[in-house]
Amino acid sequence: MTALAEGIAGAGGVAPETPVRSGRRGGGAWRFGVLGLLGLYFLVPIAASVWFTVRNRGTGEFTAEHYTGIPGADGFAESFTRSLVLAGLTVLIALALMVPTVVLVDLRLPRLRTTVEVLTLMPLVVPPIALVVGVRSVLSWAPDYFLDTWLAEVFFAIQEPELPWILVLMYVVLALPFVYRALDSGVRGADLRTLTEAARNLGASWPRVLVSVVLPVLRTSVLNAAFLTFALVLGEFTFANILGFETFPTWILRISGSAPQLSVAVSVLSLVVTWMLLLMISALDRRRGTKENA
Amino acid sequence: MLTALGTAPFLLYVAVFLLLPIGVLGVEAFRATDPVTFEETWSTDSLTTITGGVYRRAYLGSLQLSLITAVLSAVLGLALAVAILRARRGLLLRRLVLTAAGVLANFGGIPLAFAFIATIGTQGVVTAMLQDTLGIGLGGFSLYSMTGLALVYLYFLIPLMVLTIIPALEALRPQWREAADNLGASGWQYWRYVGGPVLLPPVLGATMLLFASAFAAYATAKALVGSSVPLVTLQIADALSSNVVVGAENLGKALALGMIVVVGLVMAFYAWVQRRTQRWLA
Repeated sequence: MTALAEGIAGAGGVAPETPVRSGRRGGGAWRFGVLGLLGLYFLVPIAASVWFTVRNRGTGEFTAEHYTGIPGADGFAESFTRSLVLAGLTVLIALALMVPTVVLVDLRLPRLRTTVEVLTLMPLVVPPIALVVGVRSVLSWAPDYFLDTWLAEVFFAIQEPELPWILVLMYVVLALPFVYRALDSGVRGADLRTLTEAARNLGASWPRVLVSVVLPVLRTSVLNAAFLTFALVLGEFTFANILGFETFPTWILRISGSAPQLSVAVSVLSLVVTWMLLLMISALDRRRGTKENA
Repeated sequence: MLTALGTAPFLLYVAVFLLLPIGVLGVEAFRATDPVTFEETWSTDSLTTITGGVYRRAYLGSLQLSLITAVLSAVLGLALAVAILRARRGLLLRRLVLTAAGVLANFGGIPLAFAFIATIGTQGVVTAMLQDTLGIGLGGFSLYSMTGLALVYLYFLIPLMVLTIIPALEALRPQWREAADNLGASGWQYWRYVGGPVLLPPVLGATMLLFASAFAAYATAKALVGSSVPLVTLQIADALSSNVVVGAENLGKALALGMIVVVGLVMAFYAWVQRRTQRWLA
């Protein structure tokens, strides 16, 4: 066999002494270089941030005071709670808007798919700061043109500093690309058409189909979309800053001048929170994977 | 007919909260307020203003920063993605890098800026360490500059590149590589004639996404440099927060409209390239 192989190789004028696919194992040096260098680049700022917050600069002693001090910090509770509430509301509205739309487009209106896709992807390319300038212009219509009408009342009501609904409404727009993609991949993977047709043939009404067939099938995608949206809202800065509302990120920036170590400690913490949210997503994904394999 | 009505909430929502604000920008950027009488008129003054002086510099600064960071992170992200996909005992490494990329791509904005301030800011840990051991600090490097911003932007752009390009890399079938190998192609030839052409459209698309992302970035720049570095996003914020200059609001609208035009042009270019490569592949 070996002789034959050598003969064939010799006939072609090439003599592969190593297995043919050796190219994959050889030249590994660049791979180690890339991994090492980028690993360093990504780990150093995190390690340095932790070091920055736990070590007292003057005495060199270690302390956790900057972390234990977070809950009691001035303004933390209000801004963090507000961000959590905004995130929750955004998730609810985004899902209520997109789940029926995605399902409907997939089942009954495939011709509208491209339109919906393009519209949902737009927030990915339109710079948020440009969008917020437009929103400010629209909001300024209330005092300029609509004064003493119900519309002005609505405009003022959604700009309540305690719970700025305008942020929720705009965060739904910012979340559209992620929500749509998550739901769309769920719908495509599930073969909803067959399932709903079966349910309809068995006499289920449309609302019944939505609740008992569609939602359970889409559970993972819905949760996926919810977590992504949640993380997005917790970190959003541009809209809150330009429209002048205090949320968690704008609070961090406000206190950074007077309490630099606290602001870094909060930043580390917010990295941990993002991490946990995304770990939950991947855990969900894996659970679904094993269930499908079984 | 009735089913088409089902998409009405979505279309209405997008029309009110996305298309209306953009449309308003397109109209009101052409309005001007008279500084004396406060009368509003049609005018292209704002648009003329933003093509010169400090605003022109801001656009050029933003374009330069986003172009350089987009290309750099596309190259580095692609290298990282290839490295983890082709590692032999790489399953754990791969999962680790992918999870980290998911987290770090979402770790933008304010917290990221503070992580870097704690590392290589004036009081940063690494700055202090270099000062103590070598006595040079960071040399001439400053975090609060264009180069500093670029270094920070890579931190969320590279993971974004890894996440967007991995599916395309996974679509490269191992059989193609095997076929190329069996036909005696070198690694370079494989990438030149097989892998490269297949990957080109997705890589270009991802680079455009990185560009748009860097071009629109505001939070990180705001926290790091205030308005000492010429960037459009910072100029817009400045124009909006100024209560002194009459018509600054209109200027902000013109600057914002300019940003949308830039992104639109980039997308049009991308669509054109995409069509050409598709024709070439077919």
